[in-house]
Amino acid sequence: MRKIRVVIAKPGLDGHDRGAKVIARALRDAGMEVIYTGLRQTPEQIVAAALQEDADVIGLSILSGAHMHICPRLMALVRERKLDHVLVLVGGIIPDVDVPKLHEMGIAGVFLPGRPMQDIVDFINERIGAGTGAG
Amino acid sequence: MKSGPAAVPEPGAALERPKTFTTISGRPIAPLYTAADLAGWRYERDAADPGAFPYTRGIHPNGYRGKLWTMRQFAGFGTPEETNERYKQLLAAGGTGLSVAFDLPTLMGRDPDHSYSLGEVGKCGVSIASLADMERLFDGIALSDITTSMTINSPAPMIFAMYLVVAEQQGASWKTLSGTLQNDILKEFIAQKEYIFPPRPSMRLITDIFRFCADEVPKWNTISVSGYHIREAGATALQELAFTLRDGIEYVQWGIDAGLAVDDFVPRISFFFNAHSDFFEEIAKYRAARKIWARVMRDQFGAKDERSWKLRFHTQTAGVSLTAQQPYNNVVRTALQALSAVLGGTNSLHTNSLDEALSLPTTAAATLALRTQQVIAHESGVANIVDPLGGSYFLEKLTLDMESGAQAYFETIDRMGGMVAAIEQGFPQREIAESSYRFQQAVEAKDKIIVGVNGFVDDNEAPVPILYIDDSAADAQMARLHEVRARQDAGRVARALDALRAAARGADNTMYPLLECVRAYATVGQMCDALREVWGEWEEVPSI
Repeated sequence: MRKIRVVIAKPGLDGHDRGAKVIARALRDAGMEVIYTGLRQTPEQIVAAALQEDADVIGLSILSGAHMHICPRLMALVRERKLDHVLVLVGGIIPDVDVPKLHEMGIAGVFLPGRPMQDIVDFINERIGAGTGAG
Repeated sequence: MKSGPAAVPEPGAALERPKTFTTISGRPIAPLYTAADLAGWRYERDAADPGAFPYTRGIHPNGYRGKLWTMRQFAGFGTPEETNERYKQLLAAGGTGLSVAFDLPTLMGRDPDHSYSLGEVGKCGVSIASLADMERLFDGIALSDITTSMTINSPAPMIFAMYLVVAEQQGASWKTLSGTLQNDILKEFIAQKEYIFPPRPSMRLITDIFRFCADEVPKWNTISVSGYHIREAGATALQELAFTLRDGIEYVQWGIDAGLAVDDFVPRISFFFNAHSDFFEEIAKYRAARKIWARVMRDQFGAKDERSWKLRFHTQTAGVSLTAQQPYNNVVRTALQALSAVLGGTNSLHTNSLDEALSLPTTAAATLALRTQQVIAHESGVANIVDPLGGSYFLEKLTLDMESGAQAYFETIDRMGGMVAAIEQGFPQREIAESSYRFQQAVEAKDKIIVGVNGFVDDNEAPVPILYIDDSAADAQMARLHEVRARQDAGRVARALDALRAAARGADNTMYPLLECVRAYATVGQMCDALREVWGEWEEVPSI
C-alpha cells in the first residue's frame, strides 16, 4: 500500500521551526512519507513541491500572523494546479476569528497550540484513508 | 485538605504520580539531597560569597539591596508611532528600560514592499525601514536618559547605526549612551533561524561592532549572547546553558583573532537566558553560567579585568511554556518563572503576558506582566537577601551537575572545531530537535502534565480579549518608505552603499560606511542587499 505523502512547509519570513519539525517527525513515525521543505518557502514553491512529490497533504506552520495573506494565495495556486484533492492543513498561532475564514477558503484543518500530535495523525488518516488520496 | 505530595486527581481521570522523577529537561531527581551529595564541593571554590570569584552566588556583594533588577518589557508592533506610544505607557507605569521588538521584514533585512514582506509588516514587532522610522520610534524619548535593548541580529549594525544617528540628532554623546544589541547570530543559525549572510561574514560584522563600540560607544553592551531562543526551540536547560556559553566563548575567540585585547571588549558582552518552568533547575543554570564564564575568561583567556569575569544576564520567562488553553494560568507560570530568575540573580527581566500564546499582548496584559515583577520586587521579600538558596544541598548539587554537563558539551564542540564548525555540521540543531521531540512525546504520553492542556482540561473556557493587528501598519509603512526613497539623494546613497560594499570586501570596519548610509536615509533593504551582493545568503539544509 502506498504511504500517505505529506509536504510540511514553513511559509513566510519566520524561522521558528520547532513545531514544523516536531509534526514532521510525528507524521513520519506514524508511517507517512514526509517531505520537509525548510524555511521561507513562497506559496509558489510549496505548491510546486506538492506537485512534484505527488503529495496527499500540505501542512503549513505559520506563527507570525501572516496566515491571512499566505493561505489565500496558496489555495488559489492549489486550485489553479488542479490539486483540489490535496488536504491542506495549517498549524500555528491563529486568532479564533480567522479559523472560519481559513475553512471557507478550503483549508481542511486548523490546529491551534496545545493540540496533540495524534489528533493531526488521526485527522489525516481519516480524511486520506477514506478519500481519494492513497488508500 | 489532604497534605503531602500526592496530586489531586481530576474527576474521572487517573493521574498517577510518575514512576521516575525528573526535571522538565528529563534530569533524574533523587528523593533527598544531603551533605553526601556535596562530598567534593568546596564553598570558596564552588560558590564563594556574592561578589567574589567565581560569582556563583551573584556578581554584586549586596545582591538587589543596592539596585533591583531592570524591569525591561520587550515591546513593538505596527508602526513606529504605535510602538512609541506603548513605550511612553511602559515608562509611565514604572518600567525602567526599553526593549525593541522588530517585525520580521526588519529582522530579515527586507523593506516593507519586498514580496517576502507580504503580510508580515508590523505583525511581530515594529517596522523600521530607515532612519525616518527610527526618528519616530524615539520621538519625545531622550536616549541619554534611558537604556534601550534592541532585539536585532543579522541587521544589527544597520539598526544600531540608526539609533546612533538619532542620538546624534538629539545632541546626546555616544560616549554616554547605554543599552544592548542582541547581535547574536550564532543562536540564529542554531535555533531561531533569522540569518541573512553565511556564518563567517556574519561573525565579522559582530567583531566590527566589538571594535567600533570599544572606540566610540564604550558603555554599550555589544552583544547579548542568547540561550532564550535555543531553549524555546526545544533545548533542555543543560543544552541552553552549554550552547549559549560555548557561543560566548566563540565570540571572544573571534574578537581576539580580529586583534582585540580580551579586556577591551569582553566586559561589554552580556547574556540572555530563558526562565522555564522547572524552578530549581533554572536557578542552578544561572548560577552555573556565572561560575563557568568567570573560570573560562580568567583561566582560559587570561582576562585580568574583573568585569570580564562577571557574567551579566537578562532573563525572559518562557514563551513556549504559555498555553492557549486557560490563559490566566499563564500569569501563575510567569510569576514562578520570574521568581526563579530573581533567585538566580538576573540583572534584568522580561515577564511574558498571559495572552502571548494567542497573539501579541494587549496593553492590559502587558501591564499585568510588569506588575508581576513589581510584586516579586516589593512584596515577596526575596530581594532583601542575597542568594537565599545558596548552600542548599539540592541546588548546589544541581549547579555542579550543570557545570560538568556543560563541560562535556564544550569538549564535543571543541573536537568539531568550535561552534561555527559545529553549526555548519548541524550538531546543536540536531541535539535541540531531538530534545523537543522527546518533550512532545512525554506530553502526549502524559508523562509530563501541562495544566489545562493534557490535564485539568476545561471545555467551557471563556475567551480572553486579544490584540488583533490588522494591515493598516503595512499600508502606512509602505507609504512612508516610498516617501523616503523619493526624497533620497540618489548619488549620496549610491556612494555610501559603494563604500559599504568596499569595506565588506576588504577589512575596514563596516560601521563607519553604515553610519553614512543611514545619514543618507538608505533603507534596511538597500543596506542588506549591498552586503548580500558581496557575501551571498545562507541557506540551511532542511532536515527533520
